[in-house]
Amino acid sequence: MSTLSFHDVRVRYGSHTVLDDVSLEVADGQTVGLVGESGCGKSTLARAAVGLAPLTGGQILLDGRPVPNRGRRPVQMVFQDPYSSLDPRMTVGESLAEAMPERLGRTARQAEITRLLALVHLDAARAADLPVRLSGGQRQRVALARALAARPQVILADEITSALDVSVQGAVLNLIRDMRRDLGLSMLFISHNLAVVRYVADHVAVLHNGQIVEFGPTAQVLGAPRHDYTRHLLAAIPGAVPLKEQT
Amino acid sequence: MKIPTSGRWPRFALRRAARLLVSLWVLVTAAFLMIHLVPGDPVRAALGPTAPADLVLARKQELGLLEPLWRQYVTFLRHLLNGELGVSISSRLPVGETIAQRLPATAQLAVAAFLLAVAVAVPVGVVMAMLTRRGRGRRTELAFTGTNVVVGAIPDFLLGVGLVYLLAVQTHLFPVAGRDGLDSYVLPVLALAIGPAAVLSRIVRVEMLAVLETDYVRTARAKRLTSLRVHLVHALPNAVTASLTLGGLLLSSLVAGTVLVENVFAWPGLGSSIVSSIVAKDYPMVQGTVLVYGAGVLLVNTLVDVVLALLDPRSAIGES
Amino acid sequence: MRAARVLLRPVGFAGFGLLTLVLLAAAFGPVLWGGRAAAVDTGNLLAGPSAEHWIGTDNLGRDLFARVLVAARLSIVLAVAATAISLVLGILLGAAPMLLGRRLGRLVTSAVNVLVAFPGLLLVLFFAVVFGVGARGAALAVGVAGAPAFARLCHTLMAAVSERDYIAVARIAGVSRIRVLLRHVLPNVAEPLIVNATMAAGGVLLTFAGLSFLGLGVQSPSYDWGKLMQDGLNGIYVHPLAALAPGIAVVLAGLAFNLTGEAFAAVFGLGDLPGGARPLEEPREPVAATPAVPGTVLSVEGLRVTIPGPAGPIRAVRGVTFALSDGEAVGVVGESGSGKSLTALAVAGLIEPPVRVEAGHLVVAGEDLMAAGAHRRLGTSLAIVFQDPMTSFNPAHRVGPQLAEVSRFHQRMGRKAALARAVDRLRAVRIREPERRARQYPFEFSGGMRQRAMIGMGLMGDPRLIIADEPTTALDVTVQRQVLELLAEVRRDTGAALLLISHDVSVVTDVCDRVLVMYAGRVVEELPAKDLRTLARHPYTRALVAAVPDMDTDLSRPLAVIPGLPADPVHVPAGCAFAPRCPLADDHCRAVAPALVAGVACHKSTEVPV
Repeated sequence: MSTLSFHDVRVRYGSHTVLDDVSLEVADGQTVGLVGESGCGKSTLARAAVGLAPLTGGQILLDGRPVPNRGRRPVQMVFQDPYSSLDPRMTVGESLAEAMPERLGRTARQAEITRLLALVHLDAARAADLPVRLSGGQRQRVALARALAARPQVILADEITSALDVSVQGAVLNLIRDMRRDLGLSMLFISHNLAVVRYVADHVAVLHNGQIVEFGPTAQVLGAPRHDYTRHLLAAIPGAVPLKEQT
Repeated sequence: MKIPTSGRWPRFALRRAARLLVSLWVLVTAAFLMIHLVPGDPVRAALGPTAPADLVLARKQELGLLEPLWRQYVTFLRHLLNGELGVSISSRLPVGETIAQRLPATAQLAVAAFLLAVAVAVPVGVVMAMLTRRGRGRRTELAFTGTNVVVGAIPDFLLGVGLVYLLAVQTHLFPVAGRDGLDSYVLPVLALAIGPAAVLSRIVRVEMLAVLETDYVRTARAKRLTSLRVHLVHALPNAVTASLTLGGLLLSSLVAGTVLVENVFAWPGLGSSIVSSIVAKDYPMVQGTVLVYGAGVLLVNTLVDVVLALLDPRSAIGES
Repeated sequence: MRAARVLLRPVGFAGFGLLTLVLLAAAFGPVLWGGRAAAVDTGNLLAGPSAEHWIGTDNLGRDLFARVLVAARLSIVLAVAATAISLVLGILLGAAPMLLGRRLGRLVTSAVNVLVAFPGLLLVLFFAVVFGVGARGAALAVGVAGAPAFARLCHTLMAAVSERDYIAVARIAGVSRIRVLLRHVLPNVAEPLIVNATMAAGGVLLTFAGLSFLGLGVQSPSYDWGKLMQDGLNGIYVHPLAALAPGIAVVLAGLAFNLTGEAFAAVFGLGDLPGGARPLEEPREPVAATPAVPGTVLSVEGLRVTIPGPAGPIRAVRGVTFALSDGEAVGVVGESGSGKSLTALAVAGLIEPPVRVEAGHLVVAGEDLMAAGAHRRLGTSLAIVFQDPMTSFNPAHRVGPQLAEVSRFHQRMGRKAALARAVDRLRAVRIREPERRARQYPFEFSGGMRQRAMIGMGLMGDPRLIIADEPTTALDVTVQRQVLELLAEVRRDTGAALLLISHDVSVVTDVCDRVLVMYAGRVVEELPAKDLRTLARHPYTRALVAAVPDMDTDLSRPLAVIPGLPADPVHVPAGCAFAPRCPLADDHCRAVAPALVAGVACHKSTEVPV
């Protein structure tokens, strides 16, 4: 695994600045949580790293070299909506095979599919299923397996649990932690849910209006926030502070 | 309707005007290029293989076909701005004059059919939506869609022929052909309007059904308004907006539909003249008529967009 | 499988039947009746129908019936050829933005947009000039003229597919543009394209008939249906069938294509409406009418909501009983499919047939919702806040009048007075510059503002109960907090009771006094909100609370996970619906559904260590 670093990344659509000189480092084997409200530019940052959003300025480097934005990217992304991220006409196995870097023989490919499905705790028989037969949580696991199939150096996870039911979310979060522990994955984990980020991330970056307002070890940022906006976010979590009108 | 927040409307007007201009330019250029796209020698084709060579040359000279292409284009544009559309090859009359003479008949037909189609389609579509909503009135639904599909599949000129047979030849209720008095309008307008009315009523029904399932109609029901008010005040404007978006093209195709219907009823409009000019290879005449038809269609489209923008403020800001 | 389903529908059966006949006529017509159609009979010119000539003869005494059948081949071949030209050109133009890159693609798209504005017939006439009069020219003209519409369709369909994440994923995985187009995009737009091409073929057939009818299409001595019609029109006085018979053939053939397309559309799920679920056929189960609990603002017993579905009725709510006292705040939590939202809608009286609502009693703010009627008083005594603030306001009306409508309609206020009250209510829900905002359209409001305005709408009357269905799910945390605070404040000011539906345990515990936990259409536990995290007795409630990480979750241990999948509402198991996922379940649990006793519906609740 490797280090993904954003240097003064700027993304602009017309006159609207989405990302304003964002610098951030996802170090080797680390999971960095990226939190913020909708529209703050979280997803754009991830999309920029895989060439889906054009940079207006700055650089995104992988181990000091620019991330290629053509061909197979060494950085893979997993998206929010489990119902949109798998081609409804391809079986799970075909989706996984498509993402593999080299063409394998039939048996080798089957073995690799089985290995990948096992990594995300899915039965190998699932390889023959079309996505319609899978639940939201299972689809998200397949999406993770597909990202792993490309043998990426870094994984970007964009709100991967927010479309899932709470009883399923836990299983995916556990899986993310297992994967980091077992595979030593570097990961940028984007979420609006601070409790979820706290559970999976080593470091947290807080994004507000296209700028990173606070970055540091998770316990420190969420336990002793230094920036007003972080405090504001933490105070807004249900149950954190009693509602004003009830006191 | 009061015009909301300034800024949005000028921008909408500007964008829409730009689109109209570009479309007009495409139309004019296509009309200009038409004669040049004809394979072989268009004038020879028009005059026939027996025409003497110097006549062909003279006619070419007259049409300006011997000049370089760009100069022809410039001349064409200049003439167009002065309202000159050239001289017909076969009748030797100015094209503009012929068109001016025949346009009113066609326009009357198209406008009358347009109004009739909308006046029939909207109420029918709305009532059908109310009757057949959520699996209610399955028989009514089947009858409606069945009739609709069948009527929609009958081309307007065939309807014309059928109407002539039933209401003119058999019963002598209306004249068979020609434009003479109000009753001569009935059959051509009917022939032209029935098809679009069928398709439009179907669109209105589908849109109405979709709108009735939206959250904001649920909000209206949560206010415990009468069912009539929910349908007319809350659902209908949105359904009509959506139908117009889809139905706009349909209505502009109605303008072109006059061509066929006029030929059935020997209607002295543009439609009958364009066909004879195409057959006679009277290029200036065809050019002029295509321009007028095209401009008419673009006008209808622009009008539909403006009405949409008035009905639905979002369409004025969105990229339509 | 799918094809069989097409045939089983009356539309599909009629369409395919007709299409088969038409295609048979096209294939064998010239072979079987070619001689008869060409045989000149000078003794029988322009004859009417007779036993020998079913629909008479033409001006050379040729049999018209045979000619109509023979004309089928040319008509169909030309129509199919022209459709194929349109389709191929359309796909190429429509895919251009994907293949050519952004700038060139945009140029092609705008060119298509300009062309598509011109009606097909006009384009056909234009190209008829260019390609010349005749069958080949007409086929080219109709084909090319149809391309812009197909291009637009392809572009729209492909643009919709291109936005799906799997396309982005494929690009990140290094799949080439062409391969993305062939493997991911085209297969996913094929169905609507086939449907549209089939219907377009019907339309093209009609256009062709029109062209030949005008004398611009097929020329003598060849003939298609349009040409036959043209020949027949001159004699319509004496011999109407000569013009009408080929016309009928055109319509039948057009219908054959259209109906087949419709049938495909219905099966592919592209039709007008998703099949229209069948009405519930089973008889209503008798429900014993019970009186409302006195002193409550909401009292419901044995609430059942049943949705008709293709795979049998979906029992979304299966007997829910609860009551709210005046001013009480009760939360309903559960996962998607638990029936919590339908419970809220049923209690609000907003469920329409064919979805069926049954209850022993359902009384809201003094109105008996099981009795027929408009329940107009609920317009002022019940406030409702829906989940999606983006779609809950009517986009065609300004916000102020939408609020004012309540007072105008229910309180007989004048336009001005009602609008003044609307502005006042907008101010009450802390919307800044309420006068200006009242004149704006909903799309000019942010999500949080709309949700406030929605609450303001409920305050136009004098609500005794507020039903809020996931009111903050679509909002950011900071905005969520503001909306929850506003709800609490409104409750304090008006003394209204609150029924809050949420999937978020923390939101419910924050706002409510009491919580109902729903699973598979039933209330499985009912307990004070403050006890939810610590004193829950139902295994599902405990698992639900444990599965959601909060700011105090132990980081050293994996999160609790509920094995299996939520119950399928079409096939709810016989016993306890949670039994298949429950670590404590035994055979008794799987056989007998537990009743809600003393706040919990679980056979094992006594075994759960508290």
